[in-house]
Order: sequence, then structure tokens, then C-alpha cells
Amino acid sequence: MTLKSEDVLNIAHLARLHIDEDAIDQYTSDLSSILTLVDQMNQVDSSGVVPLANPLDATQRLRDDEVTEIDERDKFQQIAPDVEAGFYRVPKVIE
Amino acid sequence: MAKSVTEISRGLAAGKFSSVEVTQDYLARIAEFNPSLNCFISVTDELALAQARQADDRRAGGEADALTGVPLAHKDLFCTDGVRTSCASRILDNFIAPYDAKVIENFKSAGAVMLGKTNMDEFAMGSSNENSHYGCVANPWNTAHVPGGSSGGSAAAVAAGLAPGASGTDTGGSIRQPAAFCGVTGIKPTYGRVSRYGMIAFASSLDQGGPFARSAEDCALLLRTMAGFDRRDSTCSEQAVPDYPASIGRGVEGLKIGLPVEYFAEGLDSKLAAVIETAVDELRRLGAEIQDISLPNTGLSIPTYYVVAMAECSSNLSRFDGVRFGYRCEDPVDLEDLYKRSRGEGFGAEVKRRILIGTYALSAGYYDAYYLKAQQLRRMIKDDFQKAFSSVDLILGPTTPGVAFRIGAKTDDPVSMYLQDIYTISLNLAGLPGMSLPVGFVDGLPVGMQLIGNYFDEAGLLNAAHSYQQVTDWHLQTPELKV
Repeated sequence: MTLKSEDVLNIAHLARLHIDEDAIDQYTSDLSSILTLVDQMNQVDSSGVVPLANPLDATQRLRDDEVTEIDERDKFQQIAPDVEAGFYRVPKVIE
Repeated sequence: MAKSVTEISRGLAAGKFSSVEVTQDYLARIAEFNPSLNCFISVTDELALAQARQADDRRAGGEADALTGVPLAHKDLFCTDGVRTSCASRILDNFIAPYDAKVIENFKSAGAVMLGKTNMDEFAMGSSNENSHYGCVANPWNTAHVPGGSSGGSAAAVAAGLAPGASGTDTGGSIRQPAAFCGVTGIKPTYGRVSRYGMIAFASSLDQGGPFARSAEDCALLLRTMAGFDRRDSTCSEQAVPDYPASIGRGVEGLKIGLPVEYFAEGLDSKLAAVIETAVDELRRLGAEIQDISLPNTGLSIPTYYVVAMAECSSNLSRFDGVRFGYRCEDPVDLEDLYKRSRGEGFGAEVKRRILIGTYALSAGYYDAYYLKAQQLRRMIKDDFQKAFSSVDLILGPTTPGVAFRIGAKTDDPVSMYLQDIYTISLNLAGLPGMSLPVGFVDGLPVGMQLIGNYFDEAGLLNAAHSYQQVTDWHLQTPELKV
């Protein structure tokens, strides 16, 4: 599997990840070699095998619908990059 | 110095020394040797001494647990309330965790002392510790070589006697491989045995915490405290935790041990293979019955693992967005720029590669070909092990294909680095417990032997390793350190 640099830029956009212009060729080549490794999976016919999501085939544990968390907003916001009046601040989204 | 967890626990109980004294000894060794080894990202000396004083008071009050006052180091991906938890990433360089991981809670309630937070590959992604924002850890046996990864700082700290025991996490070998490279004992428990709450997630269906120490006996003590049910981890097991220290004296007489032919095939260093064969002979002399077995899908484990791990990492690491915590880029022009540059500047190269591959594998049109296919192969790999365990009690092989390589030897080629994990990653895919223990040296560097058990048979692994360690002294060897 070989990727082109446009593919890498598109994937980087989907991942909301900035890639430096001069590093794109290196990423394109690294990702292509990783995908070549991954393509070894196709050597095996796995049709009909039930996909395994949890090694112990466990199912989701349910709990009672009760409040279990306490309000720790002030503590959590102490480590935020930018807050004001209890809100997280980001650049303006709506014009 | 370089006392074991068990010796410290007994010495404290007998009043031979205080926790403050032991903690001061370790802090002094850290101050002396950490500048050259780089095992720790943060040394929490004031906190450690405060906890040691509390532990001594608790013991004086007659309320001591086996680990009360025992100093330990923790991998810097376990959240520690009020203490920086960096995951060895620039994006979390300023992150003071607002709560404790369950593992940390457990050690705190046992009264253990935290010496500091250990170095690692960024977000646990790596097999050499070279992917740390804070620089590589040096292998205490030969400082030009890597300590392994991702829990390289924890393994090297135990090997160098900068801590008698340490926590780690293992997603594809990140406890067992550095344990092997540094000549210490480490165990990755069954998936779900140790709570993942407060362990910064890499690949949630594979991640599992576990201890490093100098011996199986020490690991048994540490694992008893780490393990157990926690409702805040949705995949944590409700099975009761056995008394591991009480279950390690049973010997290996009549124990059936399988050697997978695929683990002794092409790719394994021949000198390392000879060391493993000598260790197998030792177990045979102790009464174990050795037989060959086959795990035919072993070769598929690397591609399967990297798809599962990268897909889950791309999803887990989407939480690092520069909005609520962690690094934020300078002067973002809009929200998208804030996300992209905070992440682009905050993550290192290997983390970015994995996010990109994972994003690709999960993107529209590719999900079935990659993630679903990998999950199918994952079941085939698990079935291989289940078939093997119908005829043997434990599986044995090398932990790694070779001993610790030189720093820089594999950094140019991510795929050659991934191939290092061939013997360890299939266990994470299957969710099985495994451990690595030192069994000799090749070219002055330690060799690790891996034992693999069936689900929740950590006691069986620890017992077999302990039996071996009763008649050998590889685990007692210590490197000569230079300042």
C-alpha cells in the first residue's frame, strides 16, 4: 500500500493534526511502509470469523442511574489553558 | 543497598530501619545516578519524605500493611493528584493531574511511598524509550544501549537500584520487554486484572498495568496491591484477587510447559536462544514437563496489533485538543488552527505516525479492511492460545528476539522497531498474562525469558518464576554504575 502526499494531508486534516510542510515526504514514506506491514493481514482468509473486541468477550456492565460524580469544575479549570467566568475560552467560532 | 521489596517490608516490620531512612537512601541514589541514567521525569522528594513519615507513624500505631513505608516509582502515565503527569509528552508537560489513578490510590492506601514518576516512550508508544520528550533512558548495564520501552524508566530504575519496585503498563510488551532488556522481573496481568482508571489511555482494549521488581516474590507483593475490581474501569474484572505471595511456594513438579516452535524460529538471536534453552533445562531439572507446541498465527500478530493499537490510539488521543488541559499553541487564528497546531506541536513524531495510521484505518471505506479484519485475526490468535492451553499449563519462550540494542540503531525505521515486539504483542491481543524474568546474559546485556499463563493465572506464572529464582541467581545480579 502506497500513499501519496495528498492522502497524508487529508488524513492529517481528519485527525486535526498539523504536519510541517518539510516533514510530509517523510510521513508519506513512513506511513506507506507501515501500511505494507499491515497488508500482511490479507494473507489469511478470515471470512466467517467473529471479530473480537474484548479479549474476555465481556459485555458492558450496567450501573444504576444515580449521580456518582461531584462538581470539581474549579479544580479542573486550574489546569486549563484559558478560562473566564467558569468557561473554557477558545477563538470565536460564530461570526 | 539495592534491597528488595520483600527485604524492605520485613526490615520495616522488624524495626531494623524506618521508612524515612529507606526513602532517604533511595532519594540519595536517585540524586547520584539519575542525571546519567534519566530514569525519572519527576522526583517527588518532599512528598516522598512526607509519605514516609506518615508510614512510620502508621506502623507505630500498629496499622501497617506489607507495603507501608516501602518506596516505589511510578510510570509517568499514572495520574497522580497534584503531581505532574506528563506521559513523556510535550502536550502534557504542564499537566498536574487533578486525581489519582486507581493503582496510585491502592498504593497510597497500603501506605507505600512514591519516589517519583518514571520516564517512558511518549504515550507508551515505543520499544526503546527513545520517543520521550525528556530524552532517552540509559540502560544501566551499558549506557550506550536502550532500556527498552515503553516503561523504560521504571525497568531501569529497578535495575539500577533507584527504586526496589515500580509500576508500569503493557500494551504490546511495555513491561516485559524493558524488564528483559534491564534484567529485572516484570508481569503483565490478564486484561482487566488491574484497573485502567487514571492510566492515560493508549489502546484501551490492550492496555494493562503491572509491576516491576527484582524478583517474582516482590512482584507478587506489588501485584496483590495493584490488582482488583474498580467500577470506574468498565472492563475491570470482578474476580477476587488471590493472595499471590502465599501461592508462590508450590514448585513446578509435574507442571506442563509448552515451547511454541514459532518463538524459536528464524529471527531469534542464536546466543539468546542458547541462554533460554539452559533456563528450560533448569526447569526440567525442577520437575517441569517440557513439550513443543504451535501457535501458528504468531506471524500475524504484528500487523494485527498495529492496526488495533493505532486505531484505538487515534480515538483516545483525540481528547488532547488544547482546550481543557495540556499544551495550547500560541495565537491560534481560529478553533481549527488551535486544534491542529496544539496537537501538531504537542505530539512527537511516533505519536503522530500512529494517530495518522489509526485515523486512516478508521476512516470511511477502510474500517472493514483494517479494523474489522484485525479483530477477526485477533480471535484467531486468541484461539491458538486456547488450543495450546488445553495441553499445557504454561507457555515459555524468549521475551525479545535479541538483547538491548544501541541507542539510535532502529530510530530511522519504524517498522524494524515494531518487529521487536514479535513475542510479546500476541498476549495483549489475546488478553493473557505474561511475565519476563532474567535468565542470563549475552554480550554483557541481560536476557529475559517470557512465561505466558492462561487467563487469571498470575499466581501460576509467579510460582514458576519464583521456583526458578530459588535455584538461580540471575535476578540478583546488579550492574556497576558510573556517575
